[in-house]
Amino acid sequence: MAEKKIKLPETEEGAVIFNVPFPEDLSQLKKMAPIIIKHHYEIDYIHSYGQDSPFFAGLANGKLLGTKCSKCGYTYGTPRLDCMECGGECDWIELPKEGYIHTFTICYYGSEEFLKETPFILILVEWPGVDTLFLSRLVGVDPKEASLDWVGMKVRAQFKRLSKFKPTDVYFVPAGKKNK
Amino acid sequence: MLPVYMISGGVSKFTKARPDVTFQRMVKEAYDYALKDIGLEPGRAFEIVDGTIASYFSDHFTRQLKAGSMVQDYLGLCPRPSKRIEGGGATGGLAFQSGWEAVASGRYDVCVVYGFETMSHVNTWKGNEFIALASDTNFDYPVGGFYSGYYAMMVVRHMKEFKTSVEQMALVSVKNHCNAFHNPYAQKRMKIKIEDVRNSEMVAWPLTMLDICTMSDGAAVAILASEKALEKYKLTDKPVKITGVGGGLDAMRMADRPHRDVILLPHEKAEDYKGLKYPGVHSFRAGRVASKEAYRMAGITNPLGDLDFIELHDAYTSSEIQTYEDMGLCRYGEGGRFVEAGKPFMPGIDYGYKFPEQGKIPVNPSGGLIACGHPVGATGIMQAVFAFWQLQGTIGKHFGNDFLQIKNARRGAIHSHAGTGTYVVVSILERGF
Repeated sequence: MAEKKIKLPETEEGAVIFNVPFPEDLSQLKKMAPIIIKHHYEIDYIHSYGQDSPFFAGLANGKLLGTKCSKCGYTYGTPRLDCMECGGECDWIELPKEGYIHTFTICYYGSEEFLKETPFILILVEWPGVDTLFLSRLVGVDPKEASLDWVGMKVRAQFKRLSKFKPTDVYFVPAGKKNK
Repeated sequence: MLPVYMISGGVSKFTKARPDVTFQRMVKEAYDYALKDIGLEPGRAFEIVDGTIASYFSDHFTRQLKAGSMVQDYLGLCPRPSKRIEGGGATGGLAFQSGWEAVASGRYDVCVVYGFETMSHVNTWKGNEFIALASDTNFDYPVGGFYSGYYAMMVVRHMKEFKTSVEQMALVSVKNHCNAFHNPYAQKRMKIKIEDVRNSEMVAWPLTMLDICTMSDGAAVAILASEKALEKYKLTDKPVKITGVGGGLDAMRMADRPHRDVILLPHEKAEDYKGLKYPGVHSFRAGRVASKEAYRMAGITNPLGDLDFIELHDAYTSSEIQTYEDMGLCRYGEGGRFVEAGKPFMPGIDYGYKFPEQGKIPVNPSGGLIACGHPVGATGIMQAVFAFWQLQGTIGKHFGNDFLQIKNARRGAIHSHAGTGTYVVVSILERGF
């Protein structure tokens, strides 16, 4: 019952048609099957990273940046310029290259944009002394060997040489011995 | 605040796709059902409805802005006032509470809350992309935005922290699909075993296809009324009173969730949670505060004993287990064992397993999101309608069979949840007759 049905994949190309059959008797119209058309939608956004921009500049220059509140000292593994703890303004700091896997998953499916990259591994990275985590990709492990033992694995940040100005400009690889 | 009652409800059959109708007519199906159930003619309804709340999540799915006003005119409710509510997966639950607010404040005496979603208008993976846009588009979405992946990471941490097992999660799927077998409104009605869940395709480790709800088209309607309207119009002799509402929020980025002390419910002690860092990514702090507020308002001090059933937001089997804990049905960390003991299963239904404590508090007697489907804007209202019928004792009338009717159900909770635990709302409903 739970097995995948055997069927051809549905695709979204089709014929262009400019007319359909039409009954003489209008009372038949309520029985008509729905007309389903393809509607293309595409858009380019002019997206500003705003106050988060230095993070992306950091990645392009091989630095992983977080922030630290100048008032209460709360430290963010994913940067935000204004502290959600005390409302103070944060300063930019460089995070250690090495951290630990707080949790992970392996995506065998994904959103359409990332479907071609499956299976890929998502991790949340933690650092001692840093109050919040950071979402990234892990490469260099075999998805088939996934186990809870991966939690706590020491990982090291690597950077793309040709920056795309996306958070994926940084990714993590195993860094050796396990932490806990 | 004035007392608020639910007096009727309706649900369209949730299904993968409804190409035969547009969203307006899908809502009308649910609306007409709700009117018919209390013998209210549409023309008369127009005379007594003071305003409406429109509930739908994604403008991307609809590809139609201001869809709410199009529903309003299709239902023949212009020029009555209306507003649209949106809050991710919790949209329906938030809209229901907005309806409550409108009546409790005295602004409306009769308020129609309608919700819908048309998710079939794009393929499943594009749909997942639209949903993933409900995560930080600077830091989270571009890394591989996929909600099943986010929830998988949350439950991996739950497994690590509390030894929750994939078999325990699979039991939630067994329960909800098997319950839905008796619910004609549900999208997926099937009797399955733990092995079926584990052998179905892996989506985001450790969650399989059968651990996860599906995309749906559907609509639901709840009609709320004041005490004054109840007496004046005499539309039902089986009203259900909304006795508690609560809500909470957490940081959009899972990475930002704090690691502190547990927020305690009245029946819990700080000693229960020595050394537990909370909520981290393993628990939903917003679900805890929403429960706490709703319980306080309804005078609930021991949810396990004080509630007869719960319809909760099981977009994932894992999040149902995590929600048992947030709602205080068991302690944090005990959710896996809670389902393993059979406590959230229906009494008297054969699931193919023997449980020591089956039927302690039925959770998702309708089949939940996993089996009923999750047309986002309709989902929370669907829960309200199923809870309403439970409390009226009219499940048999509406489902065509009595298997899922909880005997003498007097008080139930509905729970609606958005984006990895960002918006969460809990409402308490009680028999009002």
